[in-house]
Amino acid sequence: MTGFGSFFMQLIRDVWTQKLRTFLTAFGIVWGTVAVSLLLAFGQGLYIHQTKSFAGLGDRIVIAWPSRTSLPFEGLGKGRRIRLDESDINFLKAQLPAIKAISSEYAQELQVRYGDRTRSVDISGITPVFSIMRNLIPTEGGRFINPVDMEKRRRVVFVGNEIAEDLFGESDPIGQTLFIHGSPFQVVGVLMAKDQDSSYSGRDHSMMFIPGSTYRALTGQRYINLFIFKAATPDLNAALTEEVTAALGGRKRFDPADTQAVQVWDTTEMFVFLDAFMLGFNVFLGLMGVLTLVVGGIGVSNIMNVVVEERTREIGIKMALGARSQVILSQFMLETMVLTGVGGAIGLGISYGLCSIFPHFGLDEFLGNPVLEPQTAFLTAGLLGIVGFLAGFFPARDAARLDPVIAMKV
Amino acid sequence: MNWALPKRRTVAPTSNGHIIQMQSIRKVYDTGKIQVEALRGIDFEVGRGEFVAVVGPSGSGKSTLLNLLGCLDTPSGGEYLLGGEAVAGLDKDRLADVRNRRVGFVFQNFNLLAQLTALENVEMPMLFGRIGRKERRQRATEGLEKVGLGDRTHHRPTELSGGQMQRVAIARALAMEPDILLADEPTGNLDTGSGTDVLSLLEELWKQGSTLVVVTHDTALSRRAQRVVEIRDGLIVNDQRIQPDRK
Repeated sequence: MTGFGSFFMQLIRDVWTQKLRTFLTAFGIVWGTVAVSLLLAFGQGLYIHQTKSFAGLGDRIVIAWPSRTSLPFEGLGKGRRIRLDESDINFLKAQLPAIKAISSEYAQELQVRYGDRTRSVDISGITPVFSIMRNLIPTEGGRFINPVDMEKRRRVVFVGNEIAEDLFGESDPIGQTLFIHGSPFQVVGVLMAKDQDSSYSGRDHSMMFIPGSTYRALTGQRYINLFIFKAATPDLNAALTEEVTAALGGRKRFDPADTQAVQVWDTTEMFVFLDAFMLGFNVFLGLMGVLTLVVGGIGVSNIMNVVVEERTREIGIKMALGARSQVILSQFMLETMVLTGVGGAIGLGISYGLCSIFPHFGLDEFLGNPVLEPQTAFLTAGLLGIVGFLAGFFPARDAARLDPVIAMKV
Repeated sequence: MNWALPKRRTVAPTSNGHIIQMQSIRKVYDTGKIQVEALRGIDFEVGRGEFVAVVGPSGSGKSTLLNLLGCLDTPSGGEYLLGGEAVAGLDKDRLADVRNRRVGFVFQNFNLLAQLTALENVEMPMLFGRIGRKERRQRATEGLEKVGLGDRTHHRPTELSGGQMQRVAIARALAMEPDILLADEPTGNLDTGSGTDVLSLLEELWKQGSTLVVVTHDTALSRRAQRVVEIRDGLIVNDQRIQPDRK
């Protein structure tokens, strides 16, 4: 349009001559934008934080404990203890191709000594695949238990980061020798610090992991305490769990319907719950933000109504000079949209700024750090567009409907 | 005053050379309870190049007539041809276009936009007429020069005297080279000196070929007109030619 530049110049001038009004109008939009984007950003941050914490336990694994039967089966009474050893795990691995990874775990609290420091520590005997399944990532310079350790029953240990700090202080634990249950072990790796909000036998940062083969030799323990497994994809875990129970039922002679004989905890259910919970949470936060933004929009609409009233004479004059309704309509629409746009941009800027300084407050352990994702920004911008349009449309339409004769008499 | 009129746009010729032809024009204001008949059958014609003063007491209907002439309002009945075009039945947007292209308004209280400079006020109708930015600026500058305000282009109305403001308004009214200039008490808010200046300017415009219809109480103004039309109670009661032709 030929007159766009002139419109714009006039808009700038109007805004400048009415600084307070413009400020108040834009403030409502800024406030609403900050509310929507920050709430969604915090929701997203909390989601990421929770997902990471859940993943601290493991990467969508199923945890299974051999326990006691709760149903009689083939003449055998209930309450019979089911015990599994390494051969049963090998049997499952061979029988069930759906198993993507499986590891036994032996666990016991044992005395650990380093120099003059002695601690009681949860020691787990595991296999190399445990590292990936349980998100046990070594810090730089270290490694996890490997197949050679297993085969040669090496006395090597992978140490949780907090117990490592407790025992070794500032010095580098890797290569150091400590004593577990009176036997010397060499530290080969230290756990990289991670968020973990659930566990089944203490947090990983306070545990030590040694090869299962070494564990059995050290303690004389034959039967496993538990085993973990996972299917190729998380949604197949439930079906695989039934197969595992059935296979073990056939081998150990218990009812495949007996859920107590081998108790399972499918951690993917947590993720499903988390996803559902966070969706609800985000919808709630988003709605609150949207309402705030709508309130801001009503403010803008009110102000624009006042503006139309204030400028009734001006509108009348313009119409007398031959301005079509469309011109009046677009002038007010444009003004509202620009106000909304500027307010929205400032609001998003503030949100972005708050998101970047939030990590310095040290609240991330509880809330996670807010993340202002592009889609959140786009969503907010889209909402702003709708709010701005609606806020501007009705006052603008009223302005365009004015009768020039009456308008000029004001 | 050195004054030259811009090149005129060609106007559709009417059978008898009239720019305005009104027949049996009525205007009724319906306030809900009472119907007020402001104009009760007006026959009114203005030829090209005429300078017509419309006089009459307050409430006689002369402002209503001016609003109808300028297509700011539509008649309740009757026929109205403006430049040969029937405008009685046009919709709002078409009426806006007619106002923009065919009519120039001069108001008693100037009706300049306070936040705009003199130049931007004069540009305003050309903006609505979709004339390009460069041409707009050039024509507005020329227009202001022609009303003797070439040195006031970037002043705002508040920085101008009443007479200067009315001259800006006249430049604005002429910006789209209209068929007719309509003025409503153009000297009503001016002191005698500025009023005389504005009168001289209007007279000069007429001598250059403009068609003027001026509503006024000012006898100094009506004396200068070529023709005086008197309205009373919504009817034309007197239509007198007092000057045969422009000099």
